[in-house]
Amino acid sequence: MLWIAGSLVVAGMFFFAVGVIGLLRFPDFYTRLHAAGKCDSLAAVLVILGVALYNLADFSLASLLVSLKILAIAVFVFVASPTATHAIAEAALVIGVEPWSKKDQEQ
Amino acid sequence: MKLLQERAKGRPAGDSLIIRTSVRLLVPFIQLYGLYVIVHGHYSPGGGFQGGVVLGASFILLALAYDLKTSLRYMSEGANVLLGNAGVLIFIGIAVLCALLGGLFLDYAALARLIPMAAEEWRSFGIFLVELGVGLTVMSSMVSLFWDLASGGDMEEGL
Repeated sequence: MLWIAGSLVVAGMFFFAVGVIGLLRFPDFYTRLHAAGKCDSLAAVLVILGVALYNLADFSLASLLVSLKILAIAVFVFVASPTATHAIAEAALVIGVEPWSKKDQEQ
Repeated sequence: MKLLQERAKGRPAGDSLIIRTSVRLLVPFIQLYGLYVIVHGHYSPGGGFQGGVVLGASFILLALAYDLKTSLRYMSEGANVLLGNAGVLIFIGIAVLCALLGGLFLDYAALARLIPMAAEEWRSFGIFLVELGVGLTVMSSMVSLFWDLASGGDMEEGL
């Protein structure tokens, strides 16, 4: 159980790292948002699942209740994070942020 | 890109199906969580102020995702003022009741003369009663601050 929990947390850390690299390396606003939004939702959920499993290591009714609460956080992150990303992207579209294109590369 | 931009500009700001659906889905859980934070305030992190802020934020979220009129439909101006004042009355009422029953101001152990319980239990439970008042007042102030600032005081249209 501990090994599964640990590997879930490590996988979450990997996706966080990928998201940060994308945030630093991508050329414009939309691609950065793409990296940050997707990687962060998945990584946060993986870390939270790992923590919930770790909490279940000494099984009792109380630790099961705490794990269910942690799982509820995962559900809400999974709903709220993509919505927030969508709202930010739409706001950028409305005020006219230009996406990156080939001709930006040549300058 | 141009087509998407025209389509996004064509509708009023914030009028997005995705945002509205997820807000409609989340608001009941946010309010439940606010009540949970208030109720657990006296023996875990949280309390009246934090829970009240979460409750108030749920109404502000409604006003941001839909519009001011929708949030006014779920929580009318009169009910908001009533709840805020009821919160202050709960706080002061319990505090003065303690003093009247022979204890000090906010000395919950004195309430044992009304309902017999151990003094320690009353000290714990009295915090919950007072925090309930604090939570109601904070929620009401948050919501009314947002409404007045966003609409310029006329409650007609907000952000």
